[in-house]
Amino acid sequence: MTEMQLLARGIALAGCGIGAGLAVIAGIGPGIGEGNCAARACEVIGRNPECKSDVTSTMILGIALSETTGIYGFVTALLLLFAAPGMFMKFLG
Amino acid sequence: MDIEINGARILATFEDVPLFGTVQISQTLLVSWIVMILISALCIWLGSNLRVTGISRKQAVAEMLYTSLVKFVRGNMGPNFDRYIPLVGTIFITSIVSNLISLLGIWSPTADLMTELAWALVVFVLITYHKIKASGFGGYMKGFLDPIAVMAPLNVMSELFTPISMACRHFGNILSGMVISVLIYAALTVGSSALFGLLGSSLLAALAIALVGGILIFFGKKTGKKFWFVLGIILAVLGVCAALTNLGAAYPWLIVGIPAIPSLYFDWFGGCIQAFIFCTLTTLFIKQAAGD
Repeated sequence: MTEMQLLARGIALAGCGIGAGLAVIAGIGPGIGEGNCAARACEVIGRNPECKSDVTSTMILGIALSETTGIYGFVTALLLLFAAPGMFMKFLG
Repeated sequence: MDIEINGARILATFEDVPLFGTVQISQTLLVSWIVMILISALCIWLGSNLRVTGISRKQAVAEMLYTSLVKFVRGNMGPNFDRYIPLVGTIFITSIVSNLISLLGIWSPTADLMTELAWALVVFVLITYHKIKASGFGGYMKGFLDPIAVMAPLNVMSELFTPISMACRHFGNILSGMVISVLIYAALTVGSSALFGLLGSSLLAALAIALVGGILIFFGKKTGKKFWFVLGIILAVLGVCAALTNLGAAYPWLIVGIPAIPSLYFDWFGGCIQAFIFCTLTTLFIKQAAGD
């Protein structure tokens, strides 16, 4: 394998790694949002302890829905780590 | 530590099939058929020998499942959409069984994006049908120009994004559970070979640890203190496993039982919640499309 090919492979794999790391930064959003949601749920339960199970199940539903964008970032990072190197190696020969 | 995370494996390839050309049978297809056969058998069994009075326990369970499904669909969609109860029930039970079949070590078909895209496509067709039925084809097209005409591309994109996001949310949660299980197994295998290699490097040390463990179990039982009892059990198990490793019967014992704890969250909780959310979004979007 020539030096240029090795260099090209190195750059491609480095790009995959850096991209995967950057992609998981998307986890900040759901963290803040779900913490907010749980805080409001705790406040409401504190004011009105009877509706605890209703509020809890609604909170779980809201959390699972707002988890979506964090999961997008995670799946992008997984694709970059496990599926992209194979694809790039096919391009670069 | 060799970790292999791939998509669905292709099990068989048939060339020159008359209508389709090349047909590939993947794991997703095979396990989907297994899931369908399982659910059909369960439903046939639950719905057999029904009576009006003096019902059996099996019939009581079947009635409870059906009434909660009807309550769910009617609570979200109102009373006029009873013809979608079978669809929502099918998606729900297929999703739950497909997600939980990975607990048996079988590849779960929902870890392949194509499964979820198929369900999301069905939901998209229903949403579009109801929108066209509510405001006519011209009204549907004009709806894209809603606030101002410049927003049309964004509206089209947000319309297409609805089924894609439903599919990707479900797929991402299940895939992440699968990947984290693989990583946990790999880490525990490496950790257990390191731990038992270290502890079992001399047979005497391993047997001494097992003996101390046995004494602590006895001691804990006699004085009734839980802490020594549990510590004794842990030390005895570690000692026996290290001794076995020394004698040549090495096995990564740490992978027995410990991965069940994160699997409680990822497989049980995550799988059931995602199925519930997919069905909730289906009902809400169809209701919204038919309502305005």
